[in-house]
Amino acid sequence: VKYVEEFRDGALAGVLAAALAREADPARDYAFMEFCGGHTHAISRYGVADLLPAKVRMVHGPGCPVCVLPIGRIDMAIRLALTRPDVTLASYGDCLRVPASDGLSLLKAKARGADVRMVYSAADVLALARQRPDREVVFFAIGFETTTPPTALVLRQARAEGLANFSVLCNHVLTPAAMAAILDAGQTRLDGFVGPAHVSTVIGSRPYEVFAEVYGKPVVIAGFEPLDVIQAIRMLIRQVNEGRAAVENEFTRAVTRDGNARAQALVSEVLERRASFEWRGLGSIPDSALGIRREFAAWDAEVKFGLGYRPVPDHKACECGAILRGVKSPTECKLFGTVCTPDNPVGSCMVSSEGACAAHYNYGRFRDSVAA
Amino acid sequence: VRKEISLALVEGARVGDYVIVHVGYALSLLDVNEAERTLALFAAAGMAPADGATP
Repeated sequence: VKYVEEFRDGALAGVLAAALAREADPARDYAFMEFCGGHTHAISRYGVADLLPAKVRMVHGPGCPVCVLPIGRIDMAIRLALTRPDVTLASYGDCLRVPASDGLSLLKAKARGADVRMVYSAADVLALARQRPDREVVFFAIGFETTTPPTALVLRQARAEGLANFSVLCNHVLTPAAMAAILDAGQTRLDGFVGPAHVSTVIGSRPYEVFAEVYGKPVVIAGFEPLDVIQAIRMLIRQVNEGRAAVENEFTRAVTRDGNARAQALVSEVLERRASFEWRGLGSIPDSALGIRREFAAWDAEVKFGLGYRPVPDHKACECGAILRGVKSPTECKLFGTVCTPDNPVGSCMVSSEGACAAHYNYGRFRDSVAA
Repeated sequence: VRKEISLALVEGARVGDYVIVHVGYALSLLDVNEAERTLALFAAAGMAPADGATP
């Protein structure tokens, strides 16, 4: 694919990494958080971590949609699917495997007879609702600012069509709120952020300016390919060396300062900020998630089915929370790679390929065994 | 790989354009000139010894 392979070129990666190593100050160390799970995956899969000097440490962030979804929200979907035989519940693939209460996941609920479907896009759920007027089709919508515009779009389409058997259980969350929560918690030292790729195509680079201006942390938005990530880390090192904190954009081929105005307008027409929302690992964060506006209440599954949220603590030994805050690494969890594996995940970070634990299990553990 | 995707979220996409796709929707157009400029920057990393940043 053009404009993908070029950004994975191995020889050029070596050249960039050498330039990065020359610029890293041997007298200090650097800790940068890649916020987004897409970057976590790229760093593990392409061995970017191996190309970095030992003094440059990457801290995995919470930007993995299924990872930050708390058990209580998945319980809402499972309860609905199990108690209402007229409901067809649809969601993105990874979401179905996240362990929830009573040893259940949405997939296990399916095995118990609930009608649970895996979909590739929000449009698939809308199509399902049109085909099956006899079923209540509910979209369990999750994700950051990338998956939010498609959810808003199908809600608007459903209202325009008067599609009464379609509704959305909305769990969309906001990237800048989570970045602020991590910085406010102050539990891990960070010298800057690798900013998200796809999220930033939608929201633009402007929402990160507060992190440079108020928190004094450099942010460099990077594409999802390995060369993008190496270059962004190099740009972060430069800012740190020069004592600067600014928002810079490595992903200029797709991200502007203002982002996608059409998508932003659509989202604010259909969705609004919730007063507060619970995140796995980060706790309840004010103004950090979106709910469905009153005008669309007839398509809001929480209203339609009277669903309430009950917080549920994580598995006692699972370190997902600390890992999502950047405080611990996957190997510091007792369950990692023993009880908890991608085939049998205990915590959400082991479920998605974007999760820090799954990425480390699939690619990074071989490096650990060589080092040991 | 062939995949049907929606262009409802982007303005002005035309046949032949490259787009960034996420869960079946194009989120933005890919600026080919900027892509080439970024690749040129990468290539330049091998030539210049880090614009004087080396100690």
